[in-house]
Amino acid sequence: MSVAERLPEPLAALWENDVTKITSLLAVIYAVYLLTGAALGFSPRGQINSIASLTFYIAVFALLALALNLHWGYTGLFNIGIVGFMAIGIYTMAIVSKAPVFAAETGRSGGFGMPIIVGIIAGTVVAALLGLVVALPALRLRADYLAIVTIAMSEILRFVFLSGDLEQFTVAGYVVGLGGGSGLILDFTPPVEAFFTALGLWNAYLGFVDVVGAVVPNNPKPVVDSLVYGFLLLFVVAGYYVLLRRVGNSPFGRVLKAIREDEEATNSLGKDTDAFKTKAFMVGCGLMGLGGVLWFMAQGAITPNTYRPRLTFFVWIALIIGGAGSNTGSVMGGAIFAAVLFQGPRYLKNLIENFVEVDAPSGFGPAVSPLISNLDPLPFLFYTIDSIRQLQLVIMGLILIYLMHNRPQGLLGHRKEPASGVPLDRPRRPAGEGEGRPPAAADGGSRGETDE
Amino acid sequence: MSDSEVDEAAVQTNVPEDADVEMTEAEAQDSAAEEAAKHTPRGIPLRVEDLRKEFGGITAVDGASFQVEEGTLTGLIGPNGAGKSTTFNCITGVLKPTSGAVYFEGEEITGLEPHTVANRGLVRTFQIARELEEMTVLENMMLAPRGQRGESLWRSVLPFVRDSVVDQEGEVLERCWETLDFFEIDHLAHEYAGTLSGGQRKLLELARALLTDPEMLLLDEPFAGVNPSLEARLLEHIHELREQGYTFLIVEHDMDLIMQNCEHVIVMHQGQVLMEGRPEEVRNDERVIEAYLGGEVE
Repeated sequence: MSVAERLPEPLAALWENDVTKITSLLAVIYAVYLLTGAALGFSPRGQINSIASLTFYIAVFALLALALNLHWGYTGLFNIGIVGFMAIGIYTMAIVSKAPVFAAETGRSGGFGMPIIVGIIAGTVVAALLGLVVALPALRLRADYLAIVTIAMSEILRFVFLSGDLEQFTVAGYVVGLGGGSGLILDFTPPVEAFFTALGLWNAYLGFVDVVGAVVPNNPKPVVDSLVYGFLLLFVVAGYYVLLRRVGNSPFGRVLKAIREDEEATNSLGKDTDAFKTKAFMVGCGLMGLGGVLWFMAQGAITPNTYRPRLTFFVWIALIIGGAGSNTGSVMGGAIFAAVLFQGPRYLKNLIENFVEVDAPSGFGPAVSPLISNLDPLPFLFYTIDSIRQLQLVIMGLILIYLMHNRPQGLLGHRKEPASGVPLDRPRRPAGEGEGRPPAAADGGSRGETDE
Repeated sequence: MSDSEVDEAAVQTNVPEDADVEMTEAEAQDSAAEEAAKHTPRGIPLRVEDLRKEFGGITAVDGASFQVEEGTLTGLIGPNGAGKSTTFNCITGVLKPTSGAVYFEGEEITGLEPHTVANRGLVRTFQIARELEEMTVLENMMLAPRGQRGESLWRSVLPFVRDSVVDQEGEVLERCWETLDFFEIDHLAHEYAGTLSGGQRKLLELARALLTDPEMLLLDEPFAGVNPSLEARLLEHIHELREQGYTFLIVEHDMDLIMQNCEHVIVMHQGQVLMEGRPEEVRNDERVIEAYLGGEVE
């Protein structure tokens, strides 16, 4: 069943390495996208654009799936309010970092004018604190209550952001606010510029943009910016991955896994499970907040209705595809979700339209009637292709159902990363040493195995 | 409760030969067969006083009082519904008693959280073995030891500080392998706990409880669903551990097993302690027979 079993020996060993798995998956995805782009006759600008948005979505879904894996895969906490933590992250970041406004004026609120990095840290911390607030009443209850509390929290937050009363208020002379239904304009320095300026490389970066200008005529900066931002996010993914691996492969992670398996038994072994759950939940929420900041801060503006629960379920699908409980699986699940389910349908539609003259009917009636009256399936097919964006959620639902039935353990199979800070092999073979009964042990062994 | 009830020789040979001989502590020390007694200083680690637990209108435990002597293998028996498991749960903090008190090593532990009780050195196992199924046997074992530095999140994550965690992990791992060897389940180390047989699970659970460095172990029906050969092994381990100075309280409703292995037996019936004493006293007690036969033989 596993890929490794079908590969020759040296390749199988290589495949066992997690980084190989992730990079080869990414290589395949990128190859397919570039080939599709070539087939569609994309200009270099179009190719860069498509790769940039692909990279961006791979990165954000991988980030969020990794954070959710800490909650669900490791600790068994059923958090379906992910989008709430993302939203509080970006809203906090926006208010902290937006340019200050001192005179109240309708429809225009500012922020505290802090550097972007302060905003990012604030967004992360506030999301973690919101996690604490949610955790205090809910974590003591059973898993399903946590689910109810988290999804309710995410919707309450969205309505708070929409609320007219909080649209604009004044704090210590600064006119700030949540912007109500029209949202907030993110008028701080674009993150890519802020990043390279902080490194003192902004001029070098502009030089690089000019070089790209040779292949992408007419204002190459926006496409290069978005591509570079996507790749910067991939580094953040690597950071999350290393952090969460360390968390997982430690005594702390071992207690989390034990809580997932049987909280009462873990408690009876002297572990303060409530404290462990609260910590893990807060860390995961902080990472979700940071994920929200990174997703939305380069987009110019935010509006409350972006943060509907379906974003939460996108992240869940990504995690389920990859396989809960595995950090490597989370990254791969995020990548596959972004490439195949999130961006894929639109590409497929473009590809088909490029080769076939799609003459889509204007509505469902004209699409179905030829199928019934003279068994002509083409209008219906064209209609389906034309509506593929709208059908995306249906497709996701079907795939989710298929996965739950046929491969609930996710892409990587039943893969559990060992929760230990050291390799678990026997430190040294105690050949004929100590205890003085290796034969008995062997005896007991066979007995043990056959006593089923 | 007199010291004479602790009779190592009887336990080791499984034959309560000198049950009717009243021994003083000095005599016990002198006895050649009392080798193990040197490791088992006398004391009363666990004392339960007038414990009562009501669920709505039903009284599951109705004023039970008993104590367990250090270094003994004490059995808690009784027919189904006698309140044994509820008593257990009240002692270990899984349930909060309605009234009454539990003392462990002189300190009151009534109503403390299970993890606090466990960290005081009173560790339990469950009637239905509660191993962590999707973790390997070794991971199950490594969970247990107390005071692991890496259970603190920041120590596990930060560079440099993590080195001390990794060092300790090495020590923990070594101890776990030793314990696996002791219980002769080292060949199962990398199996997922969910794939073990019933008996192996019980062994794992005992091994895991032991790794928490307990003072005393509470075993809830450790032999239920265990085949005879594994049962013998489990008993052998329990006796061996008791000789090392561990105290055991075992809930069981297989009378014979308790009679043959425990030096002190507490019989519960209808939420109360019906009687306690040496196995042969219990065996011949009219009230116990009645309780087991349904209480209608007057």
